[in-house]
Amino acid sequence: MSLTLEQVQRIAHLARIAVSPEEVHGVMERLNRVLVLIDQLQAVDTTGIEPMAHALDAETGIVQRRRVDAVTEPDRRDAFQARAPAAEAGLYLVPKVIE
Amino acid sequence: MLNSTLTELSAALARKELSSVELTNAFLNRIKKLNPGLNAFITVDEARSLADAKASDARRAKAAAGPLEGIPVAHKDIFCTQGLRTTCGSRMLAAYDSPYDAHVIERFAAAGAVMLGKTNMDEFAMGSSNETSWFGPVRNPWDAGLVPGGSSGGSAAAVAGRLAPAATGTDTGGSIRQPAALTGTCGLKPTYGVVSRYGMIAFASSLDQGGPLAKSAADLALLMNAMAGFDARDSTSVERPAEDYGRELNLELKGLRIGLPNEYFGEGLDPDVRARVGEAVRWFESQGAKTVEIALPNTALAVPVYYVIAPAEASSNLSRFDGVRYGHRAKDYTDLADLYRCTRAEGFGAEVKRRILIGTYVLSLGYYDAYYLQAQKIRRLIARDFAEAFRRCDLVMGPTAPGTAFAMGAKSDDPVQMYLNDIFTIPAPLAGLPGLSVPCGFDAAGLPVGLQIMGNYFAEAKMLGAAHRYQQATDWHLRVPSGTPL
Repeated sequence: MSLTLEQVQRIAHLARIAVSPEEVHGVMERLNRVLVLIDQLQAVDTTGIEPMAHALDAETGIVQRRRVDAVTEPDRRDAFQARAPAAEAGLYLVPKVIE
Repeated sequence: MLNSTLTELSAALARKELSSVELTNAFLNRIKKLNPGLNAFITVDEARSLADAKASDARRAKAAAGPLEGIPVAHKDIFCTQGLRTTCGSRMLAAYDSPYDAHVIERFAAAGAVMLGKTNMDEFAMGSSNETSWFGPVRNPWDAGLVPGGSSGGSAAAVAGRLAPAATGTDTGGSIRQPAALTGTCGLKPTYGVVSRYGMIAFASSLDQGGPLAKSAADLALLMNAMAGFDARDSTSVERPAEDYGRELNLELKGLRIGLPNEYFGEGLDPDVRARVGEAVRWFESQGAKTVEIALPNTALAVPVYYVIAPAEASSNLSRFDGVRYGHRAKDYTDLADLYRCTRAEGFGAEVKRRILIGTYVLSLGYYDAYYLQAQKIRRLIARDFAEAFRRCDLVMGPTAPGTAFAMGAKSDDPVQMYLNDIFTIPAPLAGLPGLSVPCGFDAAGLPVGLQIMGNYFAEAKMLGAAHRYQQATDWHLRVPSGTPL
């Protein structure tokens, strides 16, 4: 199937990426080329095949490890917030959300 | 010195014929001279590199040294480094100073290696030509008008141009092996879970795997000995005893069963690539190896499967870049939602945005089953093909890429043409299997051709052994690119 301009804007909204009116046609055209590529998958019969979510589950039987439910990380809030575009008094600053 | 292998440099350092400071200076000077043309490095910090080298020389004076002690290593700019910016080739992280080091960076530091700098890459490792970097394209040392491949193009160009004796890279769909092939260098993508992803900026987490690039298979083994190993901070890190990746370098080739997949030698393969790979396979036969025809019938589906799974995981992973906690923030916005939208529109380049949009689409309500779940099912079929093949052979050989290095701009307008360049490198990571690329000759234009060797899970030592035996009989891997003479 191929995407319409409206669908492209809807996907861009879900992805929180602004797509300008000038670029939306080009974006749609290239996305539709990729959709032609991935639409090939629809023709494959996969009845009874389990989806593979982990790269090693096929043959090795390796499953993802669980960790102990315990605090293991030190508090590095100041180091992390030093990288923020805007932070103050231990808080990340964003535009007002609630009036 | 610039064309020496790690083994040779390590021996020269051990004999005190050379200090790490001298060695590091030699490569820093080479970078100063050639990087303005190649753009292989995004960040070089000479003072830090020389401080590392001095500290290494001091350690060596006091105690016995390991094989990487004092060796300069360049790191793909996807590995977080404290005190040295980590950009991932993106405007989003153009000024990012990581508060911690990646596991791989810690490992090289513990082995005594010198940090030589951070190499250029396709933005967020999304690309096969290194043209999507916010810091500009990397040029191929064999011909400045050609791409070096990607996404670890800076690492491959640095090793090929002799700007670094070794480098790290990451491979999600071929990002170590394809640039290695296009630049005449060696690159290994290990079995999924062998190298910790801690501090390695995520693209598609079920596929991403770090690995080394160097001039020889023996050097790759030395680098793997430092890089690989269990790390509790990566939930997919495999708990296995430490191994010596160089233990099979003298692999017996007599009786070795080499699988040749029909699907890797079909239409669309450059005739020179076909000829060079065929000659390499015949060399193995001349040493007593047996070739077996195998079938990997779902090969053609690997690219479409990958372009559902990788963008799906990328759209989720890259949602963390919101302009709030770190990285770029747009200057002008109206409210919080607009802050996100404008920050991400400005911070990401066209290819990254395209993949986020594809991923968002295939995960959205009504399309999840048809695309994402279907792709995961076919991923299993691809893994089964390999499982079947490895019942009949020890290693699989074929071309790494369907052609040699291509012109800058040649494929950058059509994403699908670019994606198809990875047709032979995408299947291994989908199955979680290891793969490596070694140079096996040149095409008519004098451009390097890569031989791909794939093995079963955790068969890296055997793959490296086969590659090393081949390199004892050939010197393709020691040829210096015409564009960057010594």
